[in-house]
Amino acid sequence: MNRRGFLKLSGAAGAAAAGCRRAAAELPESAQEFTGVLVDTTRCIGCRSCEVACSLEHGNFVPNPENDDALESVRDTSETQWTVVNRHRTSKGDVYVKKQCMHCWQPACAAACLTNAMYKTRQGPVIWRSDKCMGCRFCMVSCPFDIPKFEYDSWNPRLQKCTLCFERLQEGRKPACVEACPTDALMFGPKRQLMEIARIRIYNHPDDYVHQIYGEHEVGGTGWLYLAAVPFEELGFRTDLGTTPYPEYTRDFLYGVPLVLFGLPALLLGLRLMADGTGEGEAHDG
Amino acid sequence: MAEGRVMAEVRRLGPFLAAEMRPKGPVLTPFNLISIPIILLGLGILVVRFTKGLGSVTNLSQESPWGLWIGFDVITGVAFAGGAYVITFAVYVMRLEKYKPIVRATVLNGLLAYVFYAGALTLDLGRPWNIINPIIGNDFGYNSVLFLVSWHFMLYMFAELIEFSPAVAEWLGAKRARRILSGMTVGAVIFGITLSTLHQSGLGALYLMAKPKIHPLWYTEFIPILFLVSSIFAGLSMIILEGTISHRVFSAQVDEKRHAGFEDMLFGLGKGAAIAMFVYYFFHALVFVHDHRWRLIEGFWGAWYLLEIIGLVLVPCFLFAYGVRNRRIGIVRTAAILALLGILMNRLNISVITFNWYSPHHYYPTWQEIVVTLMVIFSEIWVFRWIVLRMPVLRAAHELPSRGTLGTSRREPVPG
Repeated sequence: MNRRGFLKLSGAAGAAAAGCRRAAAELPESAQEFTGVLVDTTRCIGCRSCEVACSLEHGNFVPNPENDDALESVRDTSETQWTVVNRHRTSKGDVYVKKQCMHCWQPACAAACLTNAMYKTRQGPVIWRSDKCMGCRFCMVSCPFDIPKFEYDSWNPRLQKCTLCFERLQEGRKPACVEACPTDALMFGPKRQLMEIARIRIYNHPDDYVHQIYGEHEVGGTGWLYLAAVPFEELGFRTDLGTTPYPEYTRDFLYGVPLVLFGLPALLLGLRLMADGTGEGEAHDG
Repeated sequence: MAEGRVMAEVRRLGPFLAAEMRPKGPVLTPFNLISIPIILLGLGILVVRFTKGLGSVTNLSQESPWGLWIGFDVITGVAFAGGAYVITFAVYVMRLEKYKPIVRATVLNGLLAYVFYAGALTLDLGRPWNIINPIIGNDFGYNSVLFLVSWHFMLYMFAELIEFSPAVAEWLGAKRARRILSGMTVGAVIFGITLSTLHQSGLGALYLMAKPKIHPLWYTEFIPILFLVSSIFAGLSMIILEGTISHRVFSAQVDEKRHAGFEDMLFGLGKGAAIAMFVYYFFHALVFVHDHRWRLIEGFWGAWYLLEIIGLVLVPCFLFAYGVRNRRIGIVRTAAILALLGILMNRLNISVITFNWYSPHHYYPTWQEIVVTLMVIFSEIWVFRWIVLRMPVLRAAHELPSRGTLGTSRREPVPG
């Protein structure tokens, strides 16, 4: 998205927040689109420029792709590195896959958070807010991708993960990793646009891609989308997560809460009054 | 004038409380000799934990964010504390007077379990100073199961405090306060049962979103219902076990009449536990058959599952039934212990043991985590003992004169 488009979006968002609900509902759909990133793993050369850019942007541990042999093992993101590129040996040769927070459409971490410290912004990024978090780590338990990372060695620990460079987006800039990518393996934009581009690539090069866009439906849709030449299982993706948005799993329970909270006391009181009628000497009160 | 009365009360209570602070039993008991060093060691560990971070004393990791302190202290501890809502339901809703004598001890146990075990949650929080946030609305995470559970913990502690408060008032000889507090009992009980229903099941609902991480034999969308049903017999079994121990340790507190009726009560509780366990087993069987889970019964996890469901649910269920039918108290007690082990295993399986079961890195607690857990348990027992030796918990409150005229609650059954 360019700067102008972004300003339009944030202006509309501000108007919606200030105005009444009705106005928000009548905003053109495009003004409320979440943004995300399309990763084309067939274009990734494993240079890990994105790792470096990410760490520089957020003041984290900066790896040295020239000299370390980090690609020799499959790494996970950590509290000091919010994105990593892994090499997977597949039937079609080496494939490099970037890993970071998926920025789910309906994030489990945000639904889990009892203080909304994990928060899905209107622009799409899922961010963490330090003044709200109490460090219970329920987001970590709930996240299907095991993304939030906790600073276990600090007396004042933070939950660390990719923020989709939320601050940069607010300034109308792209995420640092996208900007750093030399091969256009990463593309930033509204999801609908990214989906169209992804489909066009598959359509134009049907033999170069598996005909699946990871993140289109997974866990109800994610902000990050992946294209690949080999089945996603071979690339370390979990393909057993289902297409149900994770907050749905607790929805029925939470809907039941007010029913129980107001229905059960009445029922219990009724039971108590019923039990009262059986005694001989106790029926006099009323 | 009123002020004068208050001052007189304070003058009376001061020396009384000072006298009550002194130990009432022998000091050099085996329990004290074991528990004091562990409590001190635990406090030392907590100093390290709060200055150097959770990683310095626990084996928690990015893959296993919740360990023994949540899995045992909170998830299991709260299930064990389920007896309070079950017994208050029997006595104040169903008016089963038979169980009145154990209400106070059970409610006290429940209250302390929540204060200590649910309180242990704060030790596990990375940023405990923000614990106030979900209460003051920074923010209210309405869509979070944990938001519900934490509010319910807090409110339930208040409910149990009100339920227990008449005993405190009797201890202090505050008749007026006792009258007012007793009048609130039924309301607190009904509120408390409702809260318990929701947070016992809510603890299970915490794991609904961990679907891809829990072994499929343990994950089901019915976890909340299973947690609720199992908290009933977990609570009943705990009353049987704890009551048995209390009646031996504090036998001086218990009068003849209560001793005589106690076994009869245990058989009644055993009967309830047998039925609740059978319902629980039946639910498990339904889930098992409905999801065609036969294919999952293989290898270690299959055997582990069968051990839990057959060995520690179905077997104690039948033992309860057999023990009650043949009036064999020893068998009922054995069944209670097995049932509690089954609950322990179930809660730990879901929260710790099968969590990330496919991962090569398995969580196991450090000695520090175990010591802190023991510290929590021992501290709770200390407080329980302190209260039982002073307040009318196990003994009847016969020292209060004019009980009939207090008009506390004519609607309540008279203690038998």
